[in-house]
Amino acid sequence: MKTKVTKKGLNRRTVLKGGAVAVGAAAGSGAITGFPTIWAQNIKDVTLRQFGTGVSNLNEVAKKVKEDLGFTLKMTALDSDSVTQRAATQPKSFDIADIEYWICKKVWGAGNLQAMDVSKIKNYDKIVGIFKSGKLTPTSTIAQGTAPHTVGFVEGPGGKRFADKETGWMTLIPTIYNADTLGIRPDLIKRPIDTWAELLNPEFKGKASILDISSIGIMDAAMVCEAMGEIKYGDKGNMTKAEIDKTMQIFTEAKKAGQFRAFWKSFDESVNLMASGEVVIQSMWSPAITAVRSKGIPCVYQPLKEGYRSWGGGIGLSSNLKGIELDAAYEYINWYLDGWVGGFLMRQGYYSAVPETSKKFMSADEWGFWFEGKPAAKDIVNPFGQVMEKAGTVRDGGSFYDRMGAVACWNAVMDENRYMVRKWNEFIAA
Amino acid sequence: MPRTDGVGAWLQITPLMTVLTLFLVVPIVTIAVVSFWGYNEWSFFPDFTLENYEYHLTAKVTWQTYLTTVKYVALTWIFTVVIGFTVAYFLAFHVRSLTWQIALFLVCTIPFWTSNIIRMISWIPFLGREGLANNALIAVGAIDKPLEFLLFSDFAVILAFVHLYALFMVVPIFNTMMRIDKSLIEAARDAGASSFQTLTNVIIPLSKPGIMIGSIFVVTLVMGDFITVRFMSGSQSASVGRLIQNEISLLQYPAAAASAVVLLITVLLMIGIMMRFVNIRKEL
Repeated sequence: MKTKVTKKGLNRRTVLKGGAVAVGAAAGSGAITGFPTIWAQNIKDVTLRQFGTGVSNLNEVAKKVKEDLGFTLKMTALDSDSVTQRAATQPKSFDIADIEYWICKKVWGAGNLQAMDVSKIKNYDKIVGIFKSGKLTPTSTIAQGTAPHTVGFVEGPGGKRFADKETGWMTLIPTIYNADTLGIRPDLIKRPIDTWAELLNPEFKGKASILDISSIGIMDAAMVCEAMGEIKYGDKGNMTKAEIDKTMQIFTEAKKAGQFRAFWKSFDESVNLMASGEVVIQSMWSPAITAVRSKGIPCVYQPLKEGYRSWGGGIGLSSNLKGIELDAAYEYINWYLDGWVGGFLMRQGYYSAVPETSKKFMSADEWGFWFEGKPAAKDIVNPFGQVMEKAGTVRDGGSFYDRMGAVACWNAVMDENRYMVRKWNEFIAA
Repeated sequence: MPRTDGVGAWLQITPLMTVLTLFLVVPIVTIAVVSFWGYNEWSFFPDFTLENYEYHLTAKVTWQTYLTTVKYVALTWIFTVVIGFTVAYFLAFHVRSLTWQIALFLVCTIPFWTSNIIRMISWIPFLGREGLANNALIAVGAIDKPLEFLLFSDFAVILAFVHLYALFMVVPIFNTMMRIDKSLIEAARDAGASSFQTLTNVIIPLSKPGIMIGSIFVVTLVMGDFITVRFMSGSQSASVGRLIQNEISLLQYPAAAASAVVLLITVLLMIGIMMRFVNIRKEL
């Protein structure tokens, strides 16, 4: 199983791409002497087990991997709490972890993931700045919270501490990210909304909702409190105990006054709340908006003047991976950044870590709509064939640079995490 | 021969002992042990700390949660007892033929052929702001704007609990009622008791074991529930079960274990008190 595959005249990529047929033929014809024949059988047998949240764990990706690379990718989709649990406590249950950056900050210390050598990542130089220096453009300011680059690197293989600059050893290879904001029902609200403070506006009493995942919910809550002018945070992604108390106090009062209709924990719940009209304004994720709209119900992912709360995910490798499986995993990562997956994800409204390679896999109109914020020339159809937007519409929030450039904070894990979680539980029980 | 008898008895008891030890005693002991461990963001480790208990027992949120949970238990119990007793009484004393008794009893169990999650979730579209209940009430002119309290409220939680667990009350009560000697009721009547007096002096006392068994089911099920409370309250109320579920999802296993031990002790105490009222073993 530990057979090396760096052999004369054939590089790993072409071999893997050609798959077992090429290798079998080569080995069978005796063209390559000294080439380990055991490997020919192995490549078909390599199975990488990936788990992650539903957003990027799509069977279409696994199918394409089988076609392009020849090996099997087994996908398991879980919610973010279960993802964290598995990454931290069940290292033997996966080969590839598709997790968010704040989860990485939480679980890296458990030692279940191994740092990746960027010299093996072909498109490393093309990865957007957010994941390397932290800056989208050289002049950008870095948003608060667990910005991906702060947990993106370690000093070297086996490193437990995050490095504060690019070191060549990455914890996660970024795959998918987006800027989140509030979702609204314009048909029921009937007036413009432009600030996070509207979530607690008594006008929407009994018709608001927030997500009940403490680490994300607290950030939305902070955006609201700051927009209301109630609290000025040092760093929303790393609050002090006093800031947490004040935030939760404001939200508890609102809850007791009947502001919220419900809290949601899963994607489907947020869609149902919005589609049924139980809720008219709430924290929401981009594909949930699409799901509501695809039922013919108007729903807007409302850009707000205070900016977005952003999140990013990436692929991490299990520390148990070695030999041919590890090679296959690197191959998979290179393939991931090569554009097909990027295009697939961007056509659903997410962003890819290497947008320029994704462009090849999108029509000019799709690229214009999703990335450049231009009006759609034709109906925009997602990879599953559903019409996402009618011709002539412009993406909520505009272009990639408009949206990702207006990030106010990233999903985060705080130093006072345990305290925050307790306060959040009290808020839910209040 | 006493010696072989001893061996035989041990052999007979072994399978049950093994199963109980492996699947009941060992897990509970493990939970109790882990409840004293320490934890951080990503792992938990052997330790002997009382911090998990200290926080759990002193936090305001625990007491609030227990209060809510006990409230759910009490209300659910009242409604299930009344409904369960009435249904069982009807089946046992009003329906004369055994065939019909069995047929109607089976009818009671039909909803239980689907999963209880589905039975619970189907209330959501029914009770919602734009749901069937509100639309119907508006259509007949009973109300002019939708009733908000129907869904995502304590009302919804209790309704779902009663719906889910009423059968657990019906079955044991029906069972004990069927075994009440009919001649006792005739005797009561002959002695001049009214129907109501027969009910309170003969039937209720004799149905106590069934009521108690049903109560134990309902109390333990509601005390440990987390999913019904979550969905029907729209995550807006907490029960002890949800508290534990939260701790597990945040990887705070030792804290969750401590909460579970406290819950276990509470439930055992509650059952212990209930057993004081009726000696089930004697009555079975």
